[in-house]
Amino acid sequence: MAFIELTRVVKNYEKGSEVVHVLQDLNLTLHEGDFLALMGPSGSGKSTLLNLIGGIDQPTAGNVSVDGANLGNMSGSQLAKWRSATIGFVFQFYNLLPFLTAERNVELPLLLTNLRGSQRKENALTALRTVSLEDRAKHKPGELSGGQQQRVAIARAIVADPKILVCDEPTGDLDRQSAQEILALLETLNDRFGKTIIMVTHDPLAAEHAKTVLHLDKGVLVESEQAEVSA
Amino acid sequence: MTSVGFVWKNLYRKKTRTFLTFFCLFIAFLLYVALGSIAVVFSIDTVSGELGANRLQTSAKYSMIDDIPKRYVDEISQLDGVELVTHMSWFGGYYQEPSNMLVTFPVNPSTFFRVYPEYEISDEHLSAFIETRRGMVAPLSIVEQYQWNVGDIVPIGSQIYPQKDGNYTWEFELVGYYVPEQEGQTAVLLQYDYFDEANAFGPGSVGWLAIQITDPQLGPEIAQKIDSMYINSSDPVRTATESEANRQFLAQYGNITLMMSGILIAVFFTILLVCANTMAQAFRERIAELGVLKTIGFNDYKLGLWMLSEAILLSVLPAIFGVIIGMGLLVGVGSSGAAAMFLPTPPMSVVFSTAISSLALAGALGVLVGAIPALTTTRMSIVDAMHA
Repeated sequence: MAFIELTRVVKNYEKGSEVVHVLQDLNLTLHEGDFLALMGPSGSGKSTLLNLIGGIDQPTAGNVSVDGANLGNMSGSQLAKWRSATIGFVFQFYNLLPFLTAERNVELPLLLTNLRGSQRKENALTALRTVSLEDRAKHKPGELSGGQQQRVAIARAIVADPKILVCDEPTGDLDRQSAQEILALLETLNDRFGKTIIMVTHDPLAAEHAKTVLHLDKGVLVESEQAEVSA
Repeated sequence: MTSVGFVWKNLYRKKTRTFLTFFCLFIAFLLYVALGSIAVVFSIDTVSGELGANRLQTSAKYSMIDDIPKRYVDEISQLDGVELVTHMSWFGGYYQEPSNMLVTFPVNPSTFFRVYPEYEISDEHLSAFIETRRGMVAPLSIVEQYQWNVGDIVPIGSQIYPQKDGNYTWEFELVGYYVPEQEGQTAVLLQYDYFDEANAFGPGSVGWLAIQITDPQLGPEIAQKIDSMYINSSDPVRTATESEANRQFLAQYGNITLMMSGILIAVFFTILLVCANTMAQAFRERIAELGVLKTIGFNDYKLGLWMLSEAILLSVLPAIFGVIIGMGLLVGVGSSGAAAMFLPTPPMSVVFSTAISSLALAGALGVLVGAIPALTTTRMSIVDAMHA
């Protein structure tokens, strides 16, 4: 059964009087435990597709279904609640809050749960341990390297134990070695913890870590490797 | 970490900016409590109140600094409806240094405490005051402040009246003290007879009269009669109820209420802009962060509420400090005779009501400056926020 299913999805943006067609009649099916790399030139619609799957944007037409939930039928508040439980986000520039320590940054998504303070702290430290940064728990983002910050961001993404990780160019701001560490970590999360990962990347070497690679061009899926795709 | 902790940390993320904004607001609310309370005093009859309802005050028609003949006391005492007349003079006194100014009146001890029953004095001290030629009584607060003892000879300097030998320093014997009913009454009372005989300007003059009447309803009629009696004399007078006279005295400062209101409006308009600018900057700086928080799953209303809470904290916290310090200043002014001489001390009820309105104003200010960032936060789409 499809875990993530996009059916005849169209996404247009209005720029003044001009309509920009970002995604055109796109169909995509992914299964639980997949690790998908989305590639393509700038402006091809990769991030838009990621946003639709992550429930932070709505399609102009078509359906987006994730883990049995039809995102098009949800209100803003319902989507927010759904995201907090289902999706972990990893961004290119980490997007950690600079005034909070690593531990506090990781704890943030747990403020949306009913966990007690001590339990939230324990879960945050467990997540940091998973990304091998427990010893940096009390450091603020400015005191960490880029790779370390991205690992904190991954810890934040997994702390609420979501089924899906959505990663928007997670290695785009890192050197090769740090990038390899992050990709290895994502592979571990996919292999050992069964997380479904959708990763946007420009880097073919990064894409090699994925089980499936899709290419987007001008809003259309143009080729695929190993994935069950129809465009 | 809790939601409150998160808002708190956000508030202090730019410490210098937050401190400067806090400081501006602290000063504004300190001014509001201090000036606001004093403005209330200038706009209401808090000086004489109920006790002054049956008292008239007669002074020189053209200026309160002119004296009037002492014989007016006896003449006015003969009028129907007049129960008792006493008199006071402005001595311009100080203790030791001119900076230690005292509200000092030469009075007739026999009549003064009957016209002003709100000044409570023991029979023993009153008798001593009446019988002692150089007698002086002071409010208990002043006696304690300067650590005087009954029986002390106290040198009182005058900035107006020299003695006949040209010496401006007078010596009076402290024969007792009194307890005023209302806080802030700090008048030191001197034996008039001695003052009258010894001052270099000659005898027979007093500053103004306080007239106790039998029925407050008769006040306007008696006042008119007194003024008519002396209208063609060399020393015409103006008579009014005590509350009206006090108002006229305060009016010498100008329209204090209007001036203070003007200052406060200007201050708060500026503060509103400062606060709004701070919150707008804070909002602009964290648009992307708000996008991230929304992405993680924080809903629009929670984030909007956080933003609003931050604005309210930004204005209410310094207001609390400003109100506390402002109240402290007013209490300090009230206990300082010199300061109280120039500024009427507001009663604590007025100070408390001004303090409460200050805090309400601070809350309203917070809502006002936080409303737009909070609304924008709730309406902002994640995609737009992440691209900001």
